[in-house]
Amino acid sequence: MNPFTYQRVASTAAAIQAKAAHPESTRFIAGGTNLLDLMKESVLRPQTLIDITHLPLDGIEDTADGGLRIGALVSNADLAWHPRVQADYPLLSQALLAGASPQLRNMATTGGNLLQRTRCYYFYDIGTPCNKRAPGTGCGAIGGVNRIHAILGTSDQCIATHPSDMCVAMAALEARIHVEGPGGARRTIPMADFHRLPGDTPERDTNLEANELIVAVELPPPQFQAHTAYFKIRDRRSYAFALVSAAAALQLRDDGRIGAARVALGGVAHKPWRKPEAEAPLVGQLPAEADFGAVATSLLEGAKGQGHNDFKIEMARRTIVRALQKAAGLEEKA
Amino acid sequence: MDQSVLPRTAASNALDAPTACAIHFTLNGAPVTREIPAWTTLLDLLREGCGLTGTKKGCDHGQCGACTVLVDGKRVNSCLTLAVMKDGSDIVTIEGMGEEDALHPLQQAFIDHDAFQCGYCTPGQICSAQGLINEGKAHTEDEVRELMSGNICRCGAYPNIVTAVVQVLRQSPRGGAPSQEPRA
Repeated sequence: MNPFTYQRVASTAAAIQAKAAHPESTRFIAGGTNLLDLMKESVLRPQTLIDITHLPLDGIEDTADGGLRIGALVSNADLAWHPRVQADYPLLSQALLAGASPQLRNMATTGGNLLQRTRCYYFYDIGTPCNKRAPGTGCGAIGGVNRIHAILGTSDQCIATHPSDMCVAMAALEARIHVEGPGGARRTIPMADFHRLPGDTPERDTNLEANELIVAVELPPPQFQAHTAYFKIRDRRSYAFALVSAAAALQLRDDGRIGAARVALGGVAHKPWRKPEAEAPLVGQLPAEADFGAVATSLLEGAKGQGHNDFKIEMARRTIVRALQKAAGLEEKA
Repeated sequence: MDQSVLPRTAASNALDAPTACAIHFTLNGAPVTREIPAWTTLLDLLREGCGLTGTKKGCDHGQCGACTVLVDGKRVNSCLTLAVMKDGSDIVTIEGMGEEDALHPLQQAFIDHDAFQCGYCTPGQICSAQGLINEGKAHTEDEVRELMSGNICRCGAYPNIVTAVVQVLRQSPRGGAPSQEPRA
């Protein structure tokens, strides 16, 4: 790990002010599970770390409209086991518990999970080209070893995936990210707009500005309490990143028909992959495998393999269908 | 990385902030004060700075769990923890889990069930198991298996590890409490 200066701050304003002085060479640190790992690999070499763990951003509160406001410093474990999350947002709890290990979930924070970096081998290996790590050097994964890479939303610059499970559930639940910038300026970013596709600027994972700090994630009032499933396919049964994952949430009316549906995919793109227009045809229908297959076809439109990851297209189709079947109770929940 | 080879101060200071930091914490029940470079991991501080080599460095990347310790009762990977950020914390390592003549229930259970072969992962397994018991979320063998997945055992002693952990889990509502008089 490179030497750096360490600064502990006691307020959000002080944190933002400290980072604004040298936004590119300064990083916030909270859980540190991803940042320190990247520093050990010399992928990141910040001059200064600002310890934000003493900021008052570790609460989980009900919002006036019945939703939930999650402080950016709430750990993945505390969030997953929170009674309201388990009761009202089980999809989020399921996704969190499918990710990482108990130790890492005790350390990792909500804000940090949103900002975690890809696990692309080339991004991590500073001896190889990577447009995300070193813009303009090329992409080692295109034409290289790309079994874990993206099948949707790629560019000729980058085919990395976003590795989070939590974010996939948050995309399905239409979470909103509260951020604060210099001078106390606040704004809210819908989950769908928070992460970016790589395009010509793969070095930018999100639309967060360098001088902004995530302060909270807000969930809308609960709509999907009873019929949800987070279905994750990985190389081993626990403690592995998703090859493909699907977060499915259904609202079932008294007559058994679908009142609302959400599906988001993980492991397939530079951001959680969701298309509301793919979900819409389910509304008013009885849960049925054929309709779930149509959702998959729509959601996977334009999917393109890179060679080693060609299997992900069919795997994603099956994962979507099975997640929706589990959510609908048509198959025993895993 | 051996912290003794690291320079005491950073080559360049982006901000006027300290690079050598004084920290105070409780280690296995005893107060400890150290002055450390900011980039010292908790794992390196425990092993190199405090001479407690029970906590193991396996992968040094949060993937194996051999470095698991308890910070304020919660299990964490000490390799991905900056020591300076745990200023004021209560830290328990395998050295604080039991006495030579009065083993911690988890230590005894690991012996009873032959829950190791080479033993390298064992301190992390035992600290992790205590964390799991503190959390109170695991009740069945399957849940123990899932919630111990952050600890890799390359000898493959998993079945016996699960058996040992389940035995302690079932001994009391929360299972084996930490030793009452931990030693430093």
